[in-house]
Order: sequence, then structure tokens, then C-alpha cells
Amino acid sequence: MAKVIVNGEEQDISLPVSLIELIRQNQVSQPDMVSVQINGIFIVREKYEETIVKEGDEVDFLYFMGGGR
Amino acid sequence: MDFREDQIERYSRHILLQDIGVEGQERISRAKVLVIGAGGLGAPVLLYLAAAGVGTLGVMDGDVVDLSNLQRQVIHFTPDVGKPKALSAKEKINRLNPDVHVVAYNEFFTAENALNIIRDYDFIVDGTDNFPVKFLINDACVLSGKPFSHGGILRFDGQTLTHLPGTACYRCAFHSPPPPNAVPTCSQAGVLGAIAGMLGTIQAAETLKFLTGTGELLTNRLLSFQAKSMHFRTTPIRRNAGCPVCGEHPTVTVTTLHEAEQAVCELKKKRG
Repeated sequence: MAKVIVNGEEQDISLPVSLIELIRQNQVSQPDMVSVQINGIFIVREKYEETIVKEGDEVDFLYFMGGGR
Repeated sequence: MDFREDQIERYSRHILLQDIGVEGQERISRAKVLVIGAGGLGAPVLLYLAAAGVGTLGVMDGDVVDLSNLQRQVIHFTPDVGKPKALSAKEKINRLNPDVHVVAYNEFFTAENALNIIRDYDFIVDGTDNFPVKFLINDACVLSGKPFSHGGILRFDGQTLTHLPGTACYRCAFHSPPPPNAVPTCSQAGVLGAIAGMLGTIQAAETLKFLTGTGELLTNRLLSFQAKSMHFRTTPIRRNAGCPVCGEHPTVTVTTLHEAEQAVCELKKKRG
């Protein structure tokens, strides 16, 4: 088990894990619903599968919110 | 600017604030702010900015008041159903504070009118309800060097970010609109009415902070909250070299704004 920080909170996960897998583990039903940055760097959607999350990484899921009216 | 006696009384609670004072209130009274969308977010933003005495308030919305709006769009009242939202909002603002000059635009924000309209304003507030227009507001403001407040709400959640020229923009964090229908809108998924008030008042506070030079704005950070747990978080956001509008190799320019307009038209067609 290794620790990564997801949206500011520690999570224990088993490595290796790809970003797309971490997205699924965090119950994001569709990857299209989030924008993701790892250690402050945004990851383009096309690289979610090939990006590997490392121990200590800070991962932020930012949700698209289109409402307002 | 010399305030009348009644204005000094009206704005006394601002004037008492050390960070604002008479000088800050003068800045507010001289300012021009454009609020795009007179709905869930626009309603509280407009009411608080009107109460604060913002000199000129632009109200832009091409829609009419619907009964289903009244659960959260607190600037519109039951007898307003069927009335253009820009007009309904203007009436309330005039009654709340006759000092405020209101410019009502009974039309939607499009790639054609975007740059022309925002030119006249010091600060722009996004109170719209769809991604093509949210991205268009970002692009038009970044390309024009205009500061603005982004806001988005859904179900029990909200998010907001303030952009000043040179700071991270909405596209730095969200790059491009999600595929149509991948992310539901409030009209599909619902929204707790008070969430619009929570986020809209944050946007109004950011506007007044900007106008008076008070405190630290929500620049280079995204504030998001989940009202079910009342968990608030700010996530640091950096300028993104790959940003399509303010990055090293921009693909969004004044001429491509018209492509965004196309997307809006297609969305409208799909909604039918």
C-alpha cells in the first residue's frame, strides 16, 4: 500500500496504478466529468490511461460544473 | 465624487470598513460591472452589487422568466413569469437602489457581441448555465485583458475562480468543454436553490473586493464546495503552458471565437 493525496486527503492505494484506474476508484462515473492535475500539472484527457500515479503524488480532481441559471 | 447625505447613510456599513471607507465606496460607485445571465447566480450577484451601489450594472440575458426559475432566481417574482429576465432584473435593481445605472441587454452572449459588449466594463461575472458560453466568456475576457469571475453550480456543489490578466484562466484548469451531455446541467440534474445563493454571493464579494482592491482574490486557485458535507476547498491552479487561450501556443484567438459561436448554435439546435 502507498499513500497518495487525492483532493487534499490521504488515500491508501496499491501501486502501480494508472490515472484512469484512480479515477475509477474515486467513483468518478465518467472521466469526461473531471479535469485532473497531478502535483500542480494538468494532464490532458488523452493521457489518463498511460499516466502512472506515484507514491506521494498530489492528485486533484476538478469537476466540470456547467450550471448557473 | 461627493456623496449625498442619503448615500453616506445608505453605504455607511461599507464606509465603516477600514479596507473600503469613502474611497472604496467611491470606486464601487464609479465601477461598471457586466453580469452575464440573470438567473440562479446572476440574481444574487445583481442584488448585492445593486445594494452596494455599483455605478453601472450591465444585465445580459435573452431568456424570459419561467415558473421553474423562481425556486432559486431570487431577483424574479411570481408576476414576472413570461417577462424578459433582463427587464425583470432591471426593475428590481431600480427599486432597490436608484443610484445604479442599469443597462439591460435582452439577448444572449455570443461570439459576435462578446468583445464589443465587455469593452465597456471593468469586471465581468459569469452567471451562465452552459459550457460553450462559460468558455466563451473566459476566452473573450482573456483576449480583451478583462478580469472576470467564473462560477458553476450543480446539484449540491459549486465552484468559482477569479481571473485577472496574467493569472490562471478557466481554460488553464478545464482546457475545453466536455463532450455534450457528458456532464449534466442544472435543468437535467437539478440544483438546490440556496446553492446558487451561496456561490453567487461569493462572486459578488469577489467583485467588490476587486473593485476596492481589498484582500486576496480567488486568483490562481479554484474554490469548490460540497454543500452536503459543507466541505470547502481551494485548489491551487497554475498558469498552464498548454492552455488553448493563454498558453504558449494559443489556438483560441479573436478569429476563432466564431467557432465557439457555432458550438452554441449546435447546442441550441440539439436542445430544440
